Amino acid sequence: MDSAALEPSLYTVKAVFILDNDGNRLLSKYYDPELYPSMKEQKNFETNVFNKTHKADNEIAFLEGMTIVYKSSIDLFFYVVGSAQENELMLMAVLNCLFESLSQMLRKNVEKRTLLDNMDGVFLVVDEIIDGGVILESDPQQVIEKVNYRADDNPLSEQSVAQVLQSAKEQIKWSILK
Amino acid sequence: MIKKFDKKDEESGSGSNPFQHLEKSAVLQEARIFNETPINPRRCLHILTKIIYLLNQGEHFGTTEATEAFFAMTRLFQSNDQTLRRMCYLTIKEMANISEDVIIVTSSLTKDMTGKEDVYRGPAIRALCRITDTTMLQAIERYMKQAIVDKVPSVSSSALVSSLHMVKMSFDVVKRWVNEAQEAASSDNIMVQYHALGLLYHLRKNDRLAVTKMLNKFTKSGLKSPFAYCMMIRIASKLLEETEGGHDSPLFDFIESCLRNKHEMVVYEAASAIVHMPKCTARELAPAVSVLQLFCSSPKAALRYAAVRTLNKVAMKHPSAVTACNLDLENLITDSNRSIATLAITTLLKTGSESSVDRLMKQISSFVSEISDEFKVVVVQAISALCQKYPRKHSVMMNFLSNMLRDDGGFEYKRAIVDCIISIIEENPESKETGLAHLCEFIEDCEHTVLATKILHMLGKEGPRTPTPSKYIRFIFNRVVLESEAVRAAAVSALAKFGAQNDDLLPSVLVLMQRCMMDSDDEVRDRATFYMNVLQQKQKALNAAYIFNGLSVSVPGLEKSLHQYTLEPSEKPFDMKTVPLATAPITEQKTEIAPMATSKLPEKLAPSRQDIYQEQLAAIPEFQGLGPLFKSSEPVQLTEAETEYVVRCIKHTFANHMIFQFDCTNTLNDQLLQRVLVQMEPSESYEVLHYVPAPSLPYSQPSSCYSLVRLPEDDPTAVSCTFSCTMKYLVRDCDPNTGEPDDDGYNDEYVLEDLEVTVADHIQKVLKPNFGAAWEEIGDEFEKEETFALATVRTLDEAVNNIISFLGMQPCERSDKVPENKNSHVLFLAGVFRGGHDVLVRARLALADGVTMQVTVRSTDENVVDVILASVG
Repeated sequence: MDSAALEPSLYTVKAVFILDNDGNRLLSKYYDPELYPSMKEQKNFETNVFNKTHKADNEIAFLEGMTIVYKSSIDLFFYVVGSAQENELMLMAVLNCLFESLSQMLRKNVEKRTLLDNMDGVFLVVDEIIDGGVILESDPQQVIEKVNYRADDNPLSEQSVAQVLQSAKEQIKWSILK
Repeated sequence: MIKKFDKKDEESGSGSNPFQHLEKSAVLQEARIFNETPINPRRCLHILTKIIYLLNQGEHFGTTEATEAFFAMTRLFQSNDQTLRRMCYLTIKEMANISEDVIIVTSSLTKDMTGKEDVYRGPAIRALCRITDTTMLQAIERYMKQAIVDKVPSVSSSALVSSLHMVKMSFDVVKRWVNEAQEAASSDNIMVQYHALGLLYHLRKNDRLAVTKMLNKFTKSGLKSPFAYCMMIRIASKLLEETEGGHDSPLFDFIESCLRNKHEMVVYEAASAIVHMPKCTARELAPAVSVLQLFCSSPKAALRYAAVRTLNKVAMKHPSAVTACNLDLENLITDSNRSIATLAITTLLKTGSESSVDRLMKQISSFVSEISDEFKVVVVQAISALCQKYPRKHSVMMNFLSNMLRDDGGFEYKRAIVDCIISIIEENPESKETGLAHLCEFIEDCEHTVLATKILHMLGKEGPRTPTPSKYIRFIFNRVVLESEAVRAAAVSALAKFGAQNDDLLPSVLVLMQRCMMDSDDEVRDRATFYMNVLQQKQKALNAAYIFNGLSVSVPGLEKSLHQYTLEPSEKPFDMKTVPLATAPITEQKTEIAPMATSKLPEKLAPSRQDIYQEQLAAIPEFQGLGPLFKSSEPVQLTEAETEYVVRCIKHTFANHMIFQFDCTNTLNDQLLQRVLVQMEPSESYEVLHYVPAPSLPYSQPSSCYSLVRLPEDDPTAVSCTFSCTMKYLVRDCDPNTGEPDDDGYNDEYVLEDLEVTVADHIQKVLKPNFGAAWEEIGDEFEKEETFALATVRTLDEAVNNIISFLGMQPCERSDKVPENKNSHVLFLAGVFRGGHDVLVRARLALADGVTMQVTVRSTDENVVDVILASVG
C-alpha cells in the first residue's frame, strides 16, 4: 500500500455485491472497469472474499489490495468494496444505507427468498444508492422514497384465474401433505 | 408463505432461487409479450427482471438478440407503471454497450427527464447520459443545465453525477456548465452539495488558483455534508502537497479544525490526511493521533480497523508518537476481528520495547493461522524489521518463522518468510545453523520451484562452511531424487559446491554426481557431467573459477556477442573478455517496509541500464568499432539544479576509449538551441577525438550530445583526469507560446563544472560469492602490498565506505558491514579492470587515532596492480 494520498474524487465505491450463504452471486456491480474486467476474475474475487468472510462476522476485511466492508443477514451477505486508501467509514455508510433500505423495503425480512421475490426492487435500490461508483444517496429514507417500490405481499391480486386456481391447488396439496 | 411457492421451485427441488434455472433463450422467447396490447405490467416487469438478472450473472447476449429484446422493451414506455418504467431505465443502462442503436430511446428519455413526474426525472437523466455521446450531448445541453439547478434534489444530483461521468468523454461541453454547478453547490441538500463540489473540482483541477479559491469559499460558507467535508480535506491536502505549503497555511488549519467535526467520518479523514502528510512534525501529529486513540475503543469494527491501520502507518515514521496509544493497542490484540488484532500487534512491535517482543510473538502465533495472507505478509515484514532492530531476539523470531513456514499459505507469503530467514542468516552468523535447518525442512515439502531453487543456492553457498556440512547432503540429494528438473539442476550445483570445498566429502559427492549423470533431463545431466569433470581435477583454481564464482557477464550481452560470432565465422576462438560484464547486483536490503504491497504486476526481466546504453551508443555511426561497452557511470550533474540549462554527464568506458554522454535540458521557453556540443579540455594526455552534437534542443525536451575521447596508450597508469567543459550552441529566440523560432540565431556558450574521471570509472563491480577461492585462483604472481594511514577518517565504517566508493569495486562476503565494537576489520573487494583483468583487493583496517590500512592487491595484470596502489596513495 503506497502511502500516496488519494486523488480527490467522487468515485468511492469499486464494487458492491450480494451473495447467498453458498457464496453464489445474487447481484453484483463493478464500477471500475480496470478492476476485474472479466466475469471469471469477478467470480474468483467473490469466492475468495466469501471464503475469507462468511465464518466470522467481522464487518471489515482487507483482501487482494481492497478494503471490503460487509454484513450478513440470515442467509445473505452484503459487500461493499473500495480501494485500500479509501475512507473505511464512507464505505460503511454505503453498506449501512444499502442494508437499511432493503430492510425497509422487504419489511425486515432480509433473507434470500424475499430478496429474490423482490429482485426488481433490489436492482432499483442499488441503482439509487450508487451511480457508476459515485455515492448518489446515503440516507435509506430518501432511497425508499425515490424507489417508491411496494414489496409484494398480495401477489394474488393481479394474477390470472388459472394462476389462482393453480395456487389454490398447491395450497390444498400442501395442507393435505402436512 | 405456501402461496409463494410456484411450480418451478418445486421442480428445482431447492426451492430457494426462482432465477436459478433460467435459460437465456426461454427468457428472450418470453420477452415477445412486450409486443402484446394491452401491456401486462406485472409479467413484463418479471421478464425484465429476469433479463437484468441474467446479465448480472454474466450471461453473454449476442448483439442481434440483445438488440431485438431492446427494441421490444422500448414499447413498454407506453405503460405508466412506475416500477416497470424504472426497470426500463435500468435495462437501457445495462444494454447500452451490448445492443445496437440504443439512441432511439433518446426522445422518450428526454420527455421523461423534462416531464412532471419527479420520480422519473432523475433516473431518466442518468439513463440518457449513459447512452449519449459527444455529438448528441450538444442537443441535450440545455436540459442538462436546467436539471443541474433544478430544485428537486434527486434531479440535480443525477444531473451532476452524470455530468461528472461525461467529463472524461466531453470535457469541453461539460466545462460550460460550471456556473450551474456553482449554483447547485449552495443547495440545501447535502448530497447535491457533495456532487456539485466533486464536479467543480474535476472541472478545475488543472487550475490550482481556481481550486484554492473554491476551497476558500467553501471552508468559509461551511458545508453540511460529511462527504463533502471529506472531499474538501482531500483537495486541501493535495494542494498542500503540491505547493509544499507550510503547516501554518490556512489549508492546514482547515484540516486540523475538521478533527473537531461531529461526524466520525470527517474526523477520521482529517486525521488520516495529517498522518499522510510528508514532513509532519510530532507536534502536528499529536492531535491526529489522539483522535485515532479514541477510535481504538469504538464499538464499531470498521472504525477500530481504520484507526489502528492509520496508527500502524504513523508507527513506521514516528514510532514515538504512537507510544501514547500502546495501552489501547494492547486491548486490541485480542480483538475478534483478526485484521485489527494483527495490525495492533505489528504496530506494537514497532513501538514497543525489546522486553515485550516475546509476549507479542506468543500472542500473534495463537491466531496467525486465521488471518489472510495479506496480513501474514505484514507480520513477516514486521518481524524482519524487528530482527534488524533487536538482533539478539533472533532465536525467538526464527522459531516463529519456522512455525509459520509449516502452515498453509500462498507463494507471496512463503517467499516473504524465506526472504526474512535468509536475511537473518546473513545478518547473524550464530543463527546460521538453525536457519539452514529450517530451510532444509521446508524444501522437503515445497511446491514452489522458485523458492526451492533459491534455498538450494543458499545451502550451496553457506552449507560447506558450517562445522558439519555432511548433514545437508541428504536434504540436497533428496531433491535430486524427488523434484522437477529446475530443482534437480539447482541441487546438483549445490552438491558440487560441497564437493569443491570439503575434501573429505569429495568422494561421496562424486558418487552422487555419477548418479545424477543418469538423469532424464538434459540440463541436470549436463551440469552433473561438467561438475564431475571439474571436481575430478582436484585443482583449487578450477574449482574457484567454475564452481564457486560463476560467469559474471551480462546474459543479454553474451547472447548478442555469440550471435555476432556465429554471423561472422572466423578462425579465432570466441573470447569471453569481449562480452560486457553484468552490472553488479544490488545487494542492498530494502529497509523501508511497505506492508500489503499489492504487487499485481509480474516482475519483468528488464534489460539492465547498461544494456540499454550499449544499444543507444551502437546506433551512432561515429562510435563503431570501439568494442563492447565496459562500464557506464552514474549520472554526474554539471550544473546547479535551478539554472537555465541543466546538464548531466554519464561516462561510458570502453577498452581504449571513453564516451561522455551529456544529457542536456533547456529550461527557457523562449529559446531554441541548435547544434549543441560540450567542448572538453583535458588536463592529462587524453585526446578528444570527436564531438557528436545534439542537432536541436527545444524547451524542456532533453537531448544528448556526445564526446569521444581516447585514453592514453603509452601510459597505462594515467587513469584519472580532469576535464574543463564548455557547452557551445546556436541560440534562436522563439515565441514562448507557439514555440515558433526566429530566423536568425547567434552563437553562445555556457561554462559547466569540471568533470572528473577517476579510477572507479575503469573498474566494473563483480561479485565473487566465494572470495577466498577467487583469491587463490588469481595467485600471488602480481601481488603488491602497501600500508597507508588515513588520518582524516574517524571510524571504520567511514573508512570502508570511502574505499568502496573510491575504487568502485564490489564488496564481497558482506565485508562492507563492520561489526560493532571492533577495532579492526578486513574488507574484501572484487572487480574487473578495463580490458578484462580481474582485480581483487584485501584491505586490513585498524582503528587507532585515525585508521591504518594495509592494502593487498592481486590481479592478472601487473599494470592494474600499480594503477590501484598509485591511486589509493
